[in-house]
Amino acid sequence: MVELVLFVILGAVAIFGALSVVFAKNPVYGAMGLMMTLFSLAVFYVMHLAHLVAAVQIIVYAGAVMTLFLFVIMLIGVDRDEDTSEKLPMQRQLVAGLGLVVVLIAGVAVVGGRFDWVRPATSTIEVNGTVQEAGLALFTDWILPFEATSLLLIIAAAGAIALAYYGPRRRDREDA
Amino acid sequence: MTDFIWLVLALPAAGAVFLHFFGKRLGEPAAGWVASLLVSAAFVYAVLAAVPFFQGTAHPESVVLWSWMPAIGAEFAIRWDPLSSLMTLVVTGVGALIHFYAIGYMHGDPRFSRFFTYMNLFATGMLTLVLADNFAMLFLGWEAVGLCSYLLISFWFTKPSAAAAGKKAFIVNRIGDFGFMIALMIILTQFGTLSFDVLDDPHLGLTTGLATAVGLLMLVGAAGKSAQIPLYVWLPDAMEGPTPVSALIHAATMVTAGVYLVARNAAIYEMAPIAATTVATVGALTALWAATIAIAQKDIKAVLAYSTVSQLGYMFIGVGSTAYVAGMFHFMTHAFFKALLFLGAGSVIHAMSDEQNMDKMGGLAKHMPVTATTMGIATLAIAGVPPLAGFWSKDEILGSAFNQGGWMVVLWGIGLLTAGITAFYMTRQFVMVFLGKPRWDDGIHPHESPKTMTVPLMALAALTVGGGFLNTPFRTGLERYLEPSFETVEGAIGMAHPAEGSTAWILAGVAVLAGLLGIYLAYRLYAGPEERRERVLQRFARPIFTWENAYWVDRFYGKTIVLPGKAVAGWAAFKFDLGFIDGIVNGVAGVVKRFGATVRPLQTGFVRNYGVMLAAGSVGLLIWFLSRGGL
Amino acid sequence: MEVTAGWYMSLAALLFIIGAGGMLIRRNALMMFMSIELMLNSVNLTFVAAGKELGSLDGQLAVFFVLVVAAAEVVVGLAIIVSVFQHRSSASADELSDLRG
Repeated sequence: MVELVLFVILGAVAIFGALSVVFAKNPVYGAMGLMMTLFSLAVFYVMHLAHLVAAVQIIVYAGAVMTLFLFVIMLIGVDRDEDTSEKLPMQRQLVAGLGLVVVLIAGVAVVGGRFDWVRPATSTIEVNGTVQEAGLALFTDWILPFEATSLLLIIAAAGAIALAYYGPRRRDREDA
Repeated sequence: MTDFIWLVLALPAAGAVFLHFFGKRLGEPAAGWVASLLVSAAFVYAVLAAVPFFQGTAHPESVVLWSWMPAIGAEFAIRWDPLSSLMTLVVTGVGALIHFYAIGYMHGDPRFSRFFTYMNLFATGMLTLVLADNFAMLFLGWEAVGLCSYLLISFWFTKPSAAAAGKKAFIVNRIGDFGFMIALMIILTQFGTLSFDVLDDPHLGLTTGLATAVGLLMLVGAAGKSAQIPLYVWLPDAMEGPTPVSALIHAATMVTAGVYLVARNAAIYEMAPIAATTVATVGALTALWAATIAIAQKDIKAVLAYSTVSQLGYMFIGVGSTAYVAGMFHFMTHAFFKALLFLGAGSVIHAMSDEQNMDKMGGLAKHMPVTATTMGIATLAIAGVPPLAGFWSKDEILGSAFNQGGWMVVLWGIGLLTAGITAFYMTRQFVMVFLGKPRWDDGIHPHESPKTMTVPLMALAALTVGGGFLNTPFRTGLERYLEPSFETVEGAIGMAHPAEGSTAWILAGVAVLAGLLGIYLAYRLYAGPEERRERVLQRFARPIFTWENAYWVDRFYGKTIVLPGKAVAGWAAFKFDLGFIDGIVNGVAGVVKRFGATVRPLQTGFVRNYGVMLAAGSVGLLIWFLSRGGL
Repeated sequence: MEVTAGWYMSLAALLFIIGAGGMLIRRNALMMFMSIELMLNSVNLTFVAAGKELGSLDGQLAVFFVLVVAAAEVVVGLAIIVSVFQHRSSASADELSDLRG
């Protein structure tokens, strides 16, 4: 019962946040809405005993990534209401149509009842995503992807510096 | 010695490459000396390598340098046998003398070093031709000398006539090469190989019909390169090139490539009497035809050019009547005295400040004693006065033709007539240039040429005097020398002096008489009183006019071949190519362009448009998979 | 009424559609980016829900990797936006239409 209440409330919050990303005129409100969604999802993760993922969601996503977003919003000065009128012809109608089609398909699938979301569990072992459990799995079975992602992060950091760098070197080149 | 025989080829080749890159820096005259000394070195090595043949102790050898096209039997290999060694000795020996001569002749030319680059390149190509051990390599050299001939004829390409002459030589040669190429293709398809095995092994399956076809097609090639009827027209024009080029390429060496080709393929012509007779007939007709034209030429080099065509005709009579040794012998002596004549003419032209019209010469003997003496010797030699070189070789050719009997006797008659005419026009030239009163333009002060020019003249004069004794009826040195090359050819050896006893003496005597008669008539006419000359020339005005214009062959070819050819080319270029070929290309491009213009609006540049398309595609795939899953 | 995995999946699908729509509707490059984050998060939710249903930890680990890749993507993407902004003084994706055919 508790789960149902939590699901309804947090689900509504998540959808509200998501909608505000789409429709907020001011990007800062959009970012706040996205953060609401992220927090709601973090609670869902906890309910699924995904402790480490929930913590990382809060720290990395809601913390670091969203801070970065807000920082860039402030840096390039778009923290004000923007013109949301559509200039591309038929863009919104097309998007709405596509969305409706997907929802329709999903509805047909659910009502038709011939759509198994997931097969029933074969084991009854409760998955408990503690730091210990997740760490053990990461550093044994998943060690290669794990190291690959670390490499990816380094490359991304270096790439970001190279892209956004605006020092005297580049200015000289542009003057020339 | 044959282990390093490739040096003969490599030395001039190295010279050509070296001079191409560093010739300009070397400048004059160092570049000329480098080129001359390299060819001389090749000559020295060739002499050393040919010693065993002189001694009669060696056999023909093939030296494979590297594998080239083994599938068709074409290795990059050198054949070192008496025939190729004789050609090599003449090419490098006479070539070296002409190189030295050119150092003086080309003095002051802005492209001095480039001239010697070409000359060395020519020597390389000619040696490739004569040393080739298979038809592929022979063809390589054949084309290389054609290219060098083109480059050197139009060496002074700023003169439109020189550029046109080079082009003409190249195109006429291409016609001949076409026949040669077909011959090679026939050999390749019939025997699957381009090696000389076809010649060495007479039982490989060469039939008379095949040999006739190949022989006639090779004659087409030989006629192009050696300036025989009907492809001789390029050679007189080729005199636009510098005189050393005329001497080396268009008198002594390259034009004899056709003679060499026939001699090398003696085995084929032996199988095909029809082809061989055709060779001899073409040679005889060319000899007479060109000799008559030479009578009326005013240009000092034009006389020599037609004389060369005529003498090449003699060589064709020789090799066509299976007297290969005689043909090669005449090639050799002709190389000596014709190179001498050309170099002498060059010396005269040099002295007369580039005047070539004989009407404006005369009385030069006093001012140019060396040139006059040496040219006089050469004139007597070509006229067939014993004991000079020309007498022995010409006598051999005529003798062997007479001995063949039948049709060949007619050819002998033509040859005899030509011998008289030859003596006539050569004497005419000598008298007009060196004797009589000076008829120079004002401001010309003739002078003897420098040492680099006169020394080669004297050397060639010595060869002209002594060269004939290499092969006399009394001492057949050259024949024994060449014997290993014609071992497989029945009847080639011993043909040189077929006439025995009194017949030989009578034949020789008649030939000498014809020559002396020609000399006497020309001397009487041109050195005699002026009124008589005027009267005689007046009486023969009509044939002289015809000969002066070379039977209007150039005009005839222009109307029948060049004009239609140009019309076809014009149609192909401006109608067919512009309309049809370009139409296809433009049509394809137009279709693509129209299609592009149609689909172009899809590329809006707005990333969100692309996003919608992506999303639509995803939804489409979703529907597709779900429908397959049975939704 | 029990909350099954299907409920979470439905919620994730809805979030995904909203995110996709936001990406196609918003013109501001930053907001497009946030919409992409939304889509990634909705997928994460399905991973976790499915992992629980299947009794496997791998679902949660997949979320972990998605998170790392998303972080890298955000870093580079924002750098590109900053760089573009320095040249164009605009963060609108519609202005970057130089490749119009």
